[in-house]
Amino acid sequence: MKRSSWEKYQKTIPDDNFYYARSCIRQNFFPGSEAAFLKILKDDLGVDVFDDAKHTSCTGIGYHSDIVPLETIMTVVARQFSLMNEAGYKNMVSSCITSFGLYTEILSMWHHFPELEEKTHDNLKKATGRDFVKPECVVHSSDLIFHFRDRIAAKAKKKLVNSVTGRPLKVVEHIGCHYAKIFPTAGIGGSEFPYVLAGMVESWGGEVVDYPERRHCCGFGFRNYLVQANRGAPVANSRQKLESMAPYKPDFIVANCPGCTMFLDKWQYAIQQMEGVTYGADGHGIPVLSYEEMAGLVLGYDPWDLGMQMHQVSVEPLLMKLDIDYDESHKFLGNNGKYISRPTDCGL
Amino acid sequence: MAAKRVIVIGGGVSGMQAAITLKKQGMTPLLIEKDINLGGKLCRWDRLFPSQTPAKEVVESLVGQISELGIRTLLCCEVSEIARNEGKIEVSTTDGNSYEAEAVIIASGFDLFNATRKEEYGYKIYPNVITSVDLEEMFKEGRVVCADGKAPRSVAFLHCVGSRDRQVGNCHCSRVCCITGVKQAMEIKELYPDCNVYNFYMDMRMFGSGYEELYTKAQEKYRINFIRGRISECSGTIDSGVRIKAEDTLAGRPLKLTVDMLVLLVGKQAPALNAKFASELGITVSPDGFLKGMDCFENATRTSVEGVFVAGTATGPKNVGESMSEAVKAAMDVSEYINTLS
Amino acid sequence: MMKNFGYTINTKRAIDLDKNDLSIAEEVMREVPSWSLCIGCGSCTATCTAGAFTDYNFRKTHLLARRGDIATLRKELDKCMLCGKCVLQCPRGVNTRGVIAALCRLLPQ
Repeated sequence: MKRSSWEKYQKTIPDDNFYYARSCIRQNFFPGSEAAFLKILKDDLGVDVFDDAKHTSCTGIGYHSDIVPLETIMTVVARQFSLMNEAGYKNMVSSCITSFGLYTEILSMWHHFPELEEKTHDNLKKATGRDFVKPECVVHSSDLIFHFRDRIAAKAKKKLVNSVTGRPLKVVEHIGCHYAKIFPTAGIGGSEFPYVLAGMVESWGGEVVDYPERRHCCGFGFRNYLVQANRGAPVANSRQKLESMAPYKPDFIVANCPGCTMFLDKWQYAIQQMEGVTYGADGHGIPVLSYEEMAGLVLGYDPWDLGMQMHQVSVEPLLMKLDIDYDESHKFLGNNGKYISRPTDCGL
Repeated sequence: MAAKRVIVIGGGVSGMQAAITLKKQGMTPLLIEKDINLGGKLCRWDRLFPSQTPAKEVVESLVGQISELGIRTLLCCEVSEIARNEGKIEVSTTDGNSYEAEAVIIASGFDLFNATRKEEYGYKIYPNVITSVDLEEMFKEGRVVCADGKAPRSVAFLHCVGSRDRQVGNCHCSRVCCITGVKQAMEIKELYPDCNVYNFYMDMRMFGSGYEELYTKAQEKYRINFIRGRISECSGTIDSGVRIKAEDTLAGRPLKLTVDMLVLLVGKQAPALNAKFASELGITVSPDGFLKGMDCFENATRTSVEGVFVAGTATGPKNVGESMSEAVKAAMDVSEYINTLS
Repeated sequence: MMKNFGYTINTKRAIDLDKNDLSIAEEVMREVPSWSLCIGCGSCTATCTAGAFTDYNFRKTHLLARRGDIATLRKELDKCMLCGKCVLQCPRGVNTRGVIAALCRLLPQ
């Protein structure tokens, strides 16, 4: 797709020295993604990234659900920074889009209202006895994969190309709202034509699909969907996107936000069960990947090591297009070879 | 005895009208124009509201008078430096010459808003998103078609692109876009009577004589759909259409619409040159970047600096008629000023 | 048998001009051409007897008719008392009473 604006929105991404902050929910829905991120960075690219068992949730879910007050979340974020200082790292890389948005917004608030930062130093001291120095740079983990996309391309075992037709795979990219809608300058390519995922897709041989609801939010919004009875509007937003992209016959969706990836995948199941409607080819769904899974497949990782058996929409049709050699009998076996159970088979 | 030399910066309608009036008042104007032709932005325009007069007629009449009166004109010539020394105005130009005069009229006009800055509308990304200037050029060529060469079956106009918009730093109203939107919508219907035309507006500002009547005609005779609501986002559709998201604010509901062509009514903004005039001459600029006259009334074409006068859209968005009237006023003020010198 | 997860999927709120049926609106426009002149000032609604004590809003109702969103309009128009005051108020000279009469006749029962 044609873009002209993304070059205006560049940001500094350091090459090395990262403290990794994990997401609360990704390990449930896309359990191999964070492990794959660390493996790609450390083993394939030789980047120093530290995975710290001591850090906590940023409390963004609580914050966006009106449970955690601003002062509290600032203090929790300050503690993450303090742990980063303690581990000897300068740069923060966040796995979660909302955490990334919150870190960025909190740093901006501290910049504009220094008294808030003062107060946070006090609060952290009182609560934990700690102090903190702000990171030199905060990036999202998709920024890093984007940053290293050409090095990944150089090591690629697979291209995002249909092995039968030889044509580039058509990819829908979905960017989490908190990545660049809060601060367009904080995201690669800005908010209207973000390039962070599109850049990976293009570097690895795929073709990005532009569709009318591309910029539309998936509908997640935390407080808006947490109560079961309220889920009608969130799911309708995802459906609006799925309906809009379906005519383009995308081979898969890639997203960079925990909530969006989960929503676009799981709602396809819900919609199929509630309305009998599917959006992919032959009554199947459209596979939904995290960018780490996409990078992992490109680098030749085993799809079951990447955790792709936990997707609601089956990824096998995509694996076949990519001519990836996978063992169906290993799909639901864990690391120790033990059966790990399987999600409801809905034929998606 | 003053030599009655006056430099006019800008060869658009205001500059030409000012030079003509000066000459008729016995002054010696020197007209400096940066383009290859006189006429300024009007050279790109087809017909003028509210009378549908061809823009060419206005330009040709003024250019004809300039030549008949033997007014000295410098084309392809830009002002590189301007200063006021010992009661004289000194202007240096990019071709390496410099000129001296008793007074200067700054009629340097406006810049068009660069529509790519409103990224959400996808100008220069989606081929069927165009600006009012692009459309006017199509009218001029007599061929209004979509990117695929086909006649549009539906066209939407979006008012206030780059105007009344703090996001792009333009808080002012560009004034003429509303009536331009009405005019162009009607022209589309004249070309293609079966085309569905929609105008998305925040307010309809029909300030000029005959404008409200044109708006009424657009509704009643041409059945143009005026929808009060600013478009939030445009995207391309699978068949090269333009998908629009807006709110129908009078219905209080979001609205979705796909059209073959979207026209962005781009506003006027102050040119960067204004800041140069301000700093080199010491005249003041408004917060919106346009030059400031001494007041908004009888001294509107005088500035806080003696011998420096302003006319036309250099001081803010105006229509062609207003710009020309103001140019006459500025020339009369100059004439009065120079006569007091002798 | 479709599954019940304890919620339903919301329907779209957007006025969808790509899909809405504008045939009734076009017919009313032919019969009452002055309808095209409305600028949404709301003086009809300000003076409306019915609107003073019910949630009837003529400005909104007839705008939705123009957009082809007609599902709920029949019920709305039944609230009108046909007093005719709105016609006297309209600065654009829209025959509002005529619009209501035409809509009442043309909208499905």
